[in-house]
Amino acid sequence: MSKDIGFDARGKTVIAGGTREFVSITVAGQLFGIPVLQVQDVLGPQRITRIPLAPAEVAGSLNLRGRIVTAIDLRTRLRLPPLPEGQNGMSVVVDHGGELYSVMVDAVGEVLSLGDDTAERNPATLDPIWRDVSGGIHRLDKTLLIVLDVARVLDFSARAEAA
Amino acid sequence: MDDLLSEFLTETNESLAVLDLELVKLEQNPNDPGLIGNIFRIVHTIKGTCGFLGLPRLEAVAHASENVLGKFRDGEQEVTAQAVSLILASLDQIKSLLAQLEAKEAEPAGDDSALIARLNALAGGASAAPPPAPAPEAAAKAPPVLAKPIIEPEPAPATRPAARAAAASEPKAPKAKEAKEAGEPRGEAAETKESAVAAQSIRVNVDLLENLMTMVSELVLTRNQLMQILRGQKDSEFGAPLQRLSHVTTELQEGVMKTRMQPIGNAWAKLPRIVRDLSHELRKKIELQMHGADTELDRQVLEMIKDPLTHMVRNSADHGIEMPAERVAAGKPELGTITLNAYHEGGHIIIEIADDGKGLDIDKIKQKAIATGLAGEGDLAAMSEQQIQQFIFKAGFSTAAKVTSVSGRGVGMDVVRTNIEKIGGTVEMKSQRGKGSTFVIKIPLTLAIVSALIVECAGERFAIPQISVVELVRAAANSENNVEWLNNAPVLRLRDRLLPLVSLRELLHLGTNAEKPSETFIVVTQVGTYTFGIIVDRVFDTEEIVVKPVAPILRDIAMFSGNTILGDGSVIMILDPNGIAAATGEITVSESAKLAADAAAKAGLRSDLTSLLLFRAGSASPKAVPLALIARLEEIDLGQVEYSHDKPVVQYRGKLMPLVTIEPNYQMGKEGRQPILVFADKDHTMGLVVDEIVDIVEEQLKIEVAVDRPGLIGSAIIAGKATDLIDAGFYLTQAYNDWFGTHSDGEFSGEKGKRVLLVDDSPFFRNLLTPLLSVAGYEVTTVESADRALNLCEQGQDFDVIISDIEMPGLDGFQFASTVKNASRWQNTPMVALSSHATPKDLDRGRAAGFSDYVAKFDRDALLHTLSEALNVERGAA
Repeated sequence: MSKDIGFDARGKTVIAGGTREFVSITVAGQLFGIPVLQVQDVLGPQRITRIPLAPAEVAGSLNLRGRIVTAIDLRTRLRLPPLPEGQNGMSVVVDHGGELYSVMVDAVGEVLSLGDDTAERNPATLDPIWRDVSGGIHRLDKTLLIVLDVARVLDFSARAEAA
Repeated sequence: MDDLLSEFLTETNESLAVLDLELVKLEQNPNDPGLIGNIFRIVHTIKGTCGFLGLPRLEAVAHASENVLGKFRDGEQEVTAQAVSLILASLDQIKSLLAQLEAKEAEPAGDDSALIARLNALAGGASAAPPPAPAPEAAAKAPPVLAKPIIEPEPAPATRPAARAAAASEPKAPKAKEAKEAGEPRGEAAETKESAVAAQSIRVNVDLLENLMTMVSELVLTRNQLMQILRGQKDSEFGAPLQRLSHVTTELQEGVMKTRMQPIGNAWAKLPRIVRDLSHELRKKIELQMHGADTELDRQVLEMIKDPLTHMVRNSADHGIEMPAERVAAGKPELGTITLNAYHEGGHIIIEIADDGKGLDIDKIKQKAIATGLAGEGDLAAMSEQQIQQFIFKAGFSTAAKVTSVSGRGVGMDVVRTNIEKIGGTVEMKSQRGKGSTFVIKIPLTLAIVSALIVECAGERFAIPQISVVELVRAAANSENNVEWLNNAPVLRLRDRLLPLVSLRELLHLGTNAEKPSETFIVVTQVGTYTFGIIVDRVFDTEEIVVKPVAPILRDIAMFSGNTILGDGSVIMILDPNGIAAATGEITVSESAKLAADAAAKAGLRSDLTSLLLFRAGSASPKAVPLALIARLEEIDLGQVEYSHDKPVVQYRGKLMPLVTIEPNYQMGKEGRQPILVFADKDHTMGLVVDEIVDIVEEQLKIEVAVDRPGLIGSAIIAGKATDLIDAGFYLTQAYNDWFGTHSDGEFSGEKGKRVLLVDDSPFFRNLLTPLLSVAGYEVTTVESADRALNLCEQGQDFDVIISDIEMPGLDGFQFASTVKNASRWQNTPMVALSSHATPKDLDRGRAAGFSDYVAKFDRDALLHTLSEALNVERGAA
């Protein structure tokens, strides 16, 4: 589904009058959107168990009502500095291939309903790492929203190539 | 499909599988009436059911086979390989009819008259008597034998009323009920199930079991969480009920787990038939030996390995075992052996498939590898034999010179390997030219719930599967267990051995240790033959955990086998000892092959090895006694030692046990604990007081210095040290004569004065057994060779029973027995063989030579028992 959006946004092959809903999140001041149907949960700060030897992006794992969820630090994934000390982030739990992942972000905002008419393709100048996870851009009134392609976010090997 | 029909199909297929096995057994023991009776009964059941369901073709074939079997049973016809082949052929026909029946739900059209005619010809061949006439309804004789799989041969129709009786007494048996619902006469329906033990079991959909398992896993987790909460509260009224809940949960968990376990024998059931057919087809002589058939494993795993196993056994039979002529030329017995062996080891199931055939042909593999372009000549030159052998696991690789119906079609070992790896297993192969090949399959038990030790390192907690943990050692700078360093490698001295250590902190990059902790813990872990220690900061208790697979993005971290949620709700990683061993140990292919070779060499020698218990008592020099003589090792509280007639005794298991010391004037302490070796003989026990139990070793016993001192047999080098072998018999006599009085009025009075001739070339055994037998009331004469024994015979001496060793210089035991049994004065004297080899084959050979029984060396009880039995038989005969 996320791929479809990516294609649509890039190719501008817009489904007439279609709107999509995104959970808006903020990382280092940048607005992102995760397709609402992929979102299972929004969590506050959690106790996270470190996983030794895991890729840097994997913050650890946590217990979500009896299910083990792998936490991904979006800041690390995007090569951003860690959240300043004392600031607590939030997490968005997404389902990918039957497994749950908790994407750690700075803050979670409201659900936005965005029309296809505001969609833009990725600008060519976007940082390769960012472009890798971006499923397109939406022009909002005051800011821009990057559609987060969850499958790409979880695929660290692609990042290695891109980097 | 009709319920009744599908039930019939399942059941008949199961019966046929049993029949395959039984028939092969029958061919080997043609005169076993129980076996014939059983086979006859199963075929009869199939026939009866077919008739009842209106399946004339099946019925006709089954009927004809039954006739032949009836002849076998009544002894009118001999069981020949040819006859068995024909029966098997008819079973195959039944199978193929069943398969079509299953597909079309109706019996296919066709004609089996040729087969039936052959069967009838065979049945009529030996005698003109009509097929077994229905015996009079001699029902009264039948009932008690019904439930037993092996029964005395009896007229088949007699089982019918019996079955009816059984069904009537168990009205709730599921199938009988079904049949009733279908409106069928009940007695008939009951008969269809007489072969199965089905009254005791029901069929359950596997998905249901899987579901149950998942739910039980969750229940265990919740239970753990509750227990955790309870621990934090004092005097909670929930305490008692929670404890009960906990117990019930544990039992439920075990029960559900058991429903998923099946003996590996289920996967093997078809193999004897396959091997038998193959050996006929290929004109080879092959024996299939199966060990550990009752090793249980998860049924999912079982299903997955069934085909690979079958394939590998076929391979061994086809490629491995040579033609009889070749074998004889190579100096091997004509009969080739394929051995299947299954056992548990460290949370894994190990299955070995070994043959004593020609081994892999390296040159052929090389040629083939070049021909198929898998490797160039240059590459091959640089490879070790081991590496070259691995080519057989590549796709499309077969070294069979010609394609047979059996194998050589180029699909094979690669598929086997893929299948095994799919369930997280490994397959290893070692092969020696001319000696045979061995495949070792290692598969995880993959049980959802395991017991795990929780440890902490650098503030993180981890679980280590309990099954890999051998022991825990606390290491502190000031204690006797101190971590030492060889360059940068930590090691620990553990009971005179050097244990390699792995720091979990470094292994998992958990950051360097800011300050050296005053104490650490070492989890001694065993993986296969490799033992190592894992250094951790703290050790918590063990907990039952539910293994959950890690997220796909973490699968390539070999150190973890999964993760789990603890009782307190936190997530922890489960360490994989195999992964850690592989990452840190120097176990490479060559290494493990060497280990295996060592193990094989050891196994080859095993017959000469004796398990010895090493201990210290009195003097400083180590002492040893054959482990088999010892009943138990105990530790007694010296405060409990009492004196009776100035002899020390202790109350042990409700009786008084005399204590004997190695040195007569040895003074026992007054308090503290003291280890003792308990020797038991019938109702009597004796405790030998020792200072320290050192070790148990397997050694080849060779007495270097004979000692002329009561209580000692001699000295031998054991575990690299001069060790005194103590004469257990001497101490037994001490305890018995002084305490229980002489034996003449004791247990063995019946055997009193019986004369025993003991023939054994080893002074050790003569010394060991003589006192033993004397204690038991026998008059013992010993000689060191068969020739000496025969001299005694000529001199006119008589004995009541002869015990003889098998391996002796000069005349061996078998020859000795034949000589005695053929025209000697002693031909009616019962003979008992004494040997370290006690395989069934040896047994048979011994029987053929004239021994009435066969006893393993060191098996004291068995020897005494056998002796008294042999004497009783003689007495009965006289």
